[in-house]
Amino acid sequence: MTRSLQIWHYLTRYIDGILLSGILLLMLTGLLTLYSATDANPNRVTNQAVNMLVALSIMWMVANIPLQHIMRIALPIYMTGLLLLAGVALFGEINNGARRWLNIGVTRIQPSELMKIAVPLMMAWYFDKHEATLRLRDYAIATLLLLLPVVMILRQPDLGTALLIGSSGFFVLFLTGLSWRIMAGLAVAGLGSLPVLWSMMHDYQRRRVMTLLDPTQDALGAGYHTIQSTIAIGSGGTLGKGWQQGTQTHLDFLPEKSTDFIFAVFSEEFGLVGNSLLLLLYLAVIVRGMVIAANASTHFTRLIAGSITLTFATYIFVNIGMVIGILPVVGVPLPLISYGGTSMVTMLLGFGILMSIQMHPKLVKT
Amino acid sequence: MSPRVELRNHPRELQRFQLRLAISAGVVLLLFLILFARFFYLQVSQREHYHTLAEANRISIAPIVPNRGLIFDRNGEVLAHNYSAYTLEIVPSKVKNLEDLINELSTVVEIAARDRKRFKKLMEESKRFESLPIRTRLSDVEVARFAANRYRFPGVEIKARLFRQYPKGEMASHVIGYIGRINDKDLEQLEANNALANYRGSQYMGKIGIEQSYEQDLHGITGFEEMETDAAGRVIRVISRTPPVSGNNLTLSLDVKLQEVAEKAFGDRRGALVAIEPSSGDVLAFVSKPGFDPNLFVDGIDSENWDLLNNSIDRPLNNRALRGLYPPGSTFKPFMALAGLELRKRAPQNAIVDPGYFNLPGSTHRFRDWKAGGHGVVDLHKSLVVSCDTYYYALANDLGIDNIYNFIGQFGLGKKTGIDIDGEVGGLLPSQDWKMRRYKQKWYAGDTISVGIGQGYNLTTPLQLAFATAVLAGRGTAFRPHLVKNILDSNNEMVREVATQPLYTLDLNPNNLQVVQNALVDVTRPGGTAALAGTGAAYTFAGKTGTSQVVGIKQGEKYVESKVHDRHRDHALFITYAPVEKPKIALSVLVENGGHGGAAAAPIARVVMDYYLLGKLPEEEAAKPVDQIDEEGEHD
Repeated sequence: MTRSLQIWHYLTRYIDGILLSGILLLMLTGLLTLYSATDANPNRVTNQAVNMLVALSIMWMVANIPLQHIMRIALPIYMTGLLLLAGVALFGEINNGARRWLNIGVTRIQPSELMKIAVPLMMAWYFDKHEATLRLRDYAIATLLLLLPVVMILRQPDLGTALLIGSSGFFVLFLTGLSWRIMAGLAVAGLGSLPVLWSMMHDYQRRRVMTLLDPTQDALGAGYHTIQSTIAIGSGGTLGKGWQQGTQTHLDFLPEKSTDFIFAVFSEEFGLVGNSLLLLLYLAVIVRGMVIAANASTHFTRLIAGSITLTFATYIFVNIGMVIGILPVVGVPLPLISYGGTSMVTMLLGFGILMSIQMHPKLVKT
Repeated sequence: MSPRVELRNHPRELQRFQLRLAISAGVVLLLFLILFARFFYLQVSQREHYHTLAEANRISIAPIVPNRGLIFDRNGEVLAHNYSAYTLEIVPSKVKNLEDLINELSTVVEIAARDRKRFKKLMEESKRFESLPIRTRLSDVEVARFAANRYRFPGVEIKARLFRQYPKGEMASHVIGYIGRINDKDLEQLEANNALANYRGSQYMGKIGIEQSYEQDLHGITGFEEMETDAAGRVIRVISRTPPVSGNNLTLSLDVKLQEVAEKAFGDRRGALVAIEPSSGDVLAFVSKPGFDPNLFVDGIDSENWDLLNNSIDRPLNNRALRGLYPPGSTFKPFMALAGLELRKRAPQNAIVDPGYFNLPGSTHRFRDWKAGGHGVVDLHKSLVVSCDTYYYALANDLGIDNIYNFIGQFGLGKKTGIDIDGEVGGLLPSQDWKMRRYKQKWYAGDTISVGIGQGYNLTTPLQLAFATAVLAGRGTAFRPHLVKNILDSNNEMVREVATQPLYTLDLNPNNLQVVQNALVDVTRPGGTAALAGTGAAYTFAGKTGTSQVVGIKQGEKYVESKVHDRHRDHALFITYAPVEKPKIALSVLVENGGHGGAAAAPIARVVMDYYLLGKLPEEEAAKPVDQIDEEGEHD
């Protein structure tokens, strides 16, 4: 008995209990919602459960690696990512009109997913190296490290991923202390360039923005998603219609209800109360991430932990914002709940890093 | 816990980081509050409103797919139509074990290995929740048998669907094209064109040919049926119905009988033929051989047939008339001759003595004539009749590349004609600019020489050659070639006619045109390179043979046909129009690896013109290629 207890302790010594509890609760919510969203399709739910197990074991492995090792691979992993992105641009497979996948013989990979971790790692590594003497030039170089992959991903085109990587990099810049004046300058420049951006957008992209302002304009086309999801959420009321009782969901009005729009299913069936509990659960995970960041011992680990946590929060805000009709429709999943293996793995890889930062003995200066 | 001592502890940095982290936490909190506020607004303040909407959503709207427009030839023969048939469809996402299900299904309804392969391919291309056909065209007996066993197969349904059929099979397949299942890429395209709403419920769209380029006309407008459903989504009653509007019918300018004669004349040979009415731009025949059966693509092609078509060395899916690039060879010469006359670099009576080669002043490189020893004394007339190379080497040198490019460009060579199907390629009429852009090299005088006989960098499509010939036949008046003549709605009321206004008219001297035409007529008479094809014609026609090289021949080497691999033999070309008094048809013929233009390509043109002008169907022998070279020799 004690023997197995020892083994258990040995296996879980780098696992952060609080973080893990939050993750598991969210995953459970995800499976329940998915079960309802797929009309009780056991295949889908089993698939997703397998995705979760794979992602959890990857998290466990990463948590067991001391951060110094992860730090050492920041540069090579970033360079590999860049090379693969260049490969995608040159030889990538076109799918759905976008060039995102690379066939490397054995399997197809999506290098932009790798960059979600590689970019903040690389930038944090860079700042950590130059920590003592941070100058404007360093910010410029770090920004370049960020923009290079972001622009390549924008050109695939993959707006959602570019946005998420962009924000993960911005968080590193922000946390490391980019001056407020520069940020204000950038914000003004950004606002000023909006008309130019507008004129450069594709017609369908403009339509998506216009649809946000008035979804009824194109009720059967681009506005359909938003209209149906707001109806689902609004009709859920305070307590919701009950698990598996959502009419919007079960009468097939709701598009993409197991992936990007799964929140509408949850919200219709569990109402305002369910929504609030879900937000609190997410907040708990975010707060834990921030505590880990605040307690981290090196500049590198602080930046990484902060960036991962804030990116997680961004996912949540962008996805829910899109489903409730306050943000344009961008392909961003609801973390730990939307159906799909790739984003699940990336997400838990990030949590693995957080655990490694928290649970490995902090570096001690003698 | 071990005592925590900061490594590289910079208190100020740490303080700043923590401040920033606190600010971020505040922002996150604020954003979450915004989300909460919106939840509150939707779920509490506006709950009644959305509740009503959700109830109203029990009125579901089902699209009604319109009938696709039909395609007819110019005489009203049907080239594409629809028929209704039952299909057996599976929604893969509703099925646990597909393999087992299909095995069990095959005990009720016959499912061939080919159906399984096609289904597998469809699965790879479609979303999981789409309904995909495992069997099409079920017999009544099969429908009844499945209906009796239906309870055993959840997720499998019988549906009545309209199918596209191409009754002429391979004939004119490159023109008509085919429809296929709408894939993700099509969907993005439709979204970009703001047409997605009209394709709700549609499963097919045009993929190539007329079916693709006139998709907007053919598809029609989707109708809607409003139905009241119960909470489980079952239809209780139909509330209202907006009927669909059928797609428009197309009448092609193509004459399918002529097309048939032309395709038969090719036999098993590969090549292309384009026939145009010079006075309107109507495309009368548009052949690319070999073709393919477009019916294979309609239900989704199975991988075996696909591999067969896609990997065939004969490349049947390649539209040679539209996209095949070939040096025009000697068919370029009439245009060169006209350039020489119009730009006053040559007069009809000027003659040269042809030693059998040409060299640039100060160079030893010999540009050889196809006939060793030369043609003797050659004037412009004879240069066309016997297809003398040396004459045109010298003429090209005198004209210079700029003149050639500017003059012959007016006939549309090396440019897209703007025909009404997608995928046309432009070809190449070389110029100084082009060479600089392409090779970062300046143009050399030597480059011009071979351009003069249609070789060198020259590349044209058979369609361009036919267009240029039609402009020549029309005395300089050009019409945009078009395959669709007019567009009718489903009640056969005219929607619109394809414009028949001339694109432009070239200012050409009638005397010069006459000189060239006289020579081209003599090409088809005894002593000319196409004399054989001209034998016994009941009308007068103008023509020019051509041969375009597939492999280069080194200096001092000789092209011996018998020694060359089949696929490396020269391509045979012929351009022609008839009758010369008032041209009704202009055409270009290309026979891949056919050898000599006069022997391989011109007889096909003759068969086509005999049918079009005289209504004469070829006797079986007349269509056969003539393999021996006539006495004058005509390897030009």
